[in-house]
Amino acid sequence: MTNSAIFFVLVLLALVAFATARQRSLRVVDGDTAKLHSLPRHYGYFAATCVLVPGLLVLALWLMFGKSIIEGLVVNGLPDAIQAEYADRITLLLNRIRLVVENASTQETNVDILAAAERFHSLYLKGLWAAFSLSASFGLVGLYTAINRTKADFRARNVFERVLNALLILSSVIAIATTLGIVGSLLFESLRFFAEVPLGDFLFGLKWSPQTALRADQVGASGSFGAVPLFAGTFMISLLAMLVAGPIGLMSAIYLTQYASTRMRRIAKPALEILAGVPTVVYGFFAALTIAPLFRDTGEFLGLDIASESALAAGFVMGIMIIPFVSSLSDDAITAVPRSLRDGSLALGATPSETITKVLVPAALPGIVGAFLLAISRAVGETMIVVMAAGMQPNLTANPFEAVTTVTVQIVALLTGDQEFDSAKTLSAFALGLVLFVITMGLNIFALRIVRKYREAYD
Amino acid sequence: MSDNADFRPTDWGSDKMQARLRNRYRKERTFRVAGFAAVIAAGLFLVSLLFSIVRDGSMGFLQTSVDLDVTFSAEILGDPRAMTPEAFDEGVRRVNMQRLLLSALTDYFPEATSRRDQRALLKLVSTGARDQLRQMVLDKPDIVGTKQTVRLLAADDIDQLRKGKIDADAHENDRKVKDQELGWYKKLVADDRISLNFHTEFLTSGDSREPELAGIWGATVGSALTLMVTLLIAFPVGVLTAIYLEEFAPKNRITDFIEVNINNLAAVPSIVFGLLGLALFLGVMNLPRSAPLVGGLTLALMTLPTIIIASRASIKAVPPSIRDAARGLGASPMQVVFHHVVPLAMPGILTGTIIGMAQALGETAPLLMIGMVAFIVDIPGGVTDAATALPVQIYLWADSPERAFVEKTSAAIMVLLAFLIAMNGVAIWLRQKFERHW
Repeated sequence: MTNSAIFFVLVLLALVAFATARQRSLRVVDGDTAKLHSLPRHYGYFAATCVLVPGLLVLALWLMFGKSIIEGLVVNGLPDAIQAEYADRITLLLNRIRLVVENASTQETNVDILAAAERFHSLYLKGLWAAFSLSASFGLVGLYTAINRTKADFRARNVFERVLNALLILSSVIAIATTLGIVGSLLFESLRFFAEVPLGDFLFGLKWSPQTALRADQVGASGSFGAVPLFAGTFMISLLAMLVAGPIGLMSAIYLTQYASTRMRRIAKPALEILAGVPTVVYGFFAALTIAPLFRDTGEFLGLDIASESALAAGFVMGIMIIPFVSSLSDDAITAVPRSLRDGSLALGATPSETITKVLVPAALPGIVGAFLLAISRAVGETMIVVMAAGMQPNLTANPFEAVTTVTVQIVALLTGDQEFDSAKTLSAFALGLVLFVITMGLNIFALRIVRKYREAYD
Repeated sequence: MSDNADFRPTDWGSDKMQARLRNRYRKERTFRVAGFAAVIAAGLFLVSLLFSIVRDGSMGFLQTSVDLDVTFSAEILGDPRAMTPEAFDEGVRRVNMQRLLLSALTDYFPEATSRRDQRALLKLVSTGARDQLRQMVLDKPDIVGTKQTVRLLAADDIDQLRKGKIDADAHENDRKVKDQELGWYKKLVADDRISLNFHTEFLTSGDSREPELAGIWGATVGSALTLMVTLLIAFPVGVLTAIYLEEFAPKNRITDFIEVNINNLAAVPSIVFGLLGLALFLGVMNLPRSAPLVGGLTLALMTLPTIIIASRASIKAVPPSIRDAARGLGASPMQVVFHHVVPLAMPGILTGTIIGMAQALGETAPLLMIGMVAFIVDIPGGVTDAATALPVQIYLWADSPERAFVEKTSAAIMVLLAFLIAMNGVAIWLRQKFERHW
């Protein structure tokens, strides 16, 4: 008996309910469907809903709370000595028990733990059977009620449609729940972090070395969590990216909308879209393997000292990545300027370039600024390119030839590999994530506001 | 009216005006060339990116092999005719196949007699060659007692030498393959025993620490399982949300808030979704780490906005006359939507979904957060097994120090890009074939 088996039994029951209710509705009116309020299949849908909703509810409750309840029972059943030993490390204890249960681990020698594992296993099986019988009986009750209510004047369709409507509302709530989940989880973990490290130290500290001591007496026991070097690194790489993507993206949008022939547009636009569709890990590989050595060797040739993990290489490749964002959004903004403005300017004798720089671009400026802001927000949140091509050293420098690190790189570095959930080191990743979320969200909202507020209404 | 008296029409023929015009036209040309250069630059970036990937990657699909005459001696392996098949299989599983390899190699290079030379000899072939021999014997016990020419996988250094990635003319201290091995290699080449073949194992096996044994099948299956979970969650939820917002939602502040929310979610960096997955699915719900289930759930939340936005656009494009006609014939609002509007909007919805799935397939950062970066040899069998995904495999290989992993990485990128191109191709095809203009 497994969880998925319970699910399949419920689905099977629902199918049975559908078939029976449909048949019954036909039998009630001797096959004369005109006498039924709803179509026969609506009675079927109604019956299936009656089975699935309570049954799945029970299953969901079991999946969500079953394990933790059993764990609580098992831990409470352990001798006091062990409970005292693991007083504030319950997860460790549970992991030990779980290891025994899952792998039948032979390394475990503690009799109490073995007994607890045994108990856990039997309780879990009992819980599973209880969940199964409960959800199945709920389903059967649902089936019984549904069949009983299958009468000619029962408004099955209306009831079923109300259920459907609830389902629609429920799905659209998920989008909000996601945002709330992001904000909630980031805030919750960040607050735990700020309980240990003051907010001021985090936002304005100049030294980032997130090592926390394993033992209290260790040298350099307290890590320092000053995130300014990370912000500076993120800022520099985003700036470099925009220096590449801004001019190239804007100029190619101008060229493609104003000068290019239809044929060239047909080739160039999909090509730009391909550039946007390439996964970022591919860009990262390209940056680390092709661009970074190229820059280093060029630097050597010119007598410059460029690190092999320079901010320049990462920023340059990130710039390539966001060219399509800048160009397609600027393209939209420029195309939205009414043709009459352009024609008027040309008719007064301005050259096309004068028309573009003096009429079209100013008219499209809110859209273009919005495009740039969205591109910056992309660059700030981009992870893989910087993880693979920028360094790990938190380096407070304005020299693009040196290695810098960014907010996203540090989040990845802090959270990959083994980790304990409650050290300041791991929690700091969530604080960085919160900063990242606030900055990108702010840029995004700001960009949309600019576009809305300053858009000229031409029609 | 004194102004009028001084008025003289512009003399366009004057030198000053001509110079001014020339200047303006020059500026026009410069501007135009700058625009053209920008487009060309973007194109060049794309071409050089693809070129560098394909140049390295095409070699990743090929693998060097060494043909060796292996004597399958009954002494070492046991005689299949003298014992039960089970006992023979058991014996073969325990035998150290290195002995077969070593005797084959020393037969061919009799000059290598010292232990050190023999160890060096064994480094010519891959460590996977032993399993290859073992499998041969298990598949065909009759082979015992005969001498066969077997095509064995070469070690990664020999492979790199064959592909010209290691410069044979460099000084011995500067290259990984020493002069002694180089001499052996040259002898093998002279006897036409080194060959470069298509490497099917790359597509059919799991990850390995040895570049010549590493394959992408495990990562591909992991990606497929992850995407399956993503699709199962994101598609229904996304489409139902779009239907609700477009067809049923009253226009009030709550629905406005949902709309703004969805648009903002689309701009949240993917790594933040990874943090959410870590805190929610692993931290609160205690789901297994590194599992496609968690990866799929995380990516589903990430692709949801894409699907919702595309579906809404597609539903909006269905003309009101369809709805009116259905309503007029007595359909309930739900029936109008589910029987008429959604089927007509389906091509657009599917296009949006496929594009969202393609995004999810290429996404790496959130998967790093939820621990899908482990070194996993086994092919995952279900959504709760530990697994990795194609882009994460690329990231892992890109970090490997072995030179041979560079081309494996590029080859894996080519496979990933092929999947992405295929998915986008299907999306474009759907759009062109089924899109209707009303």
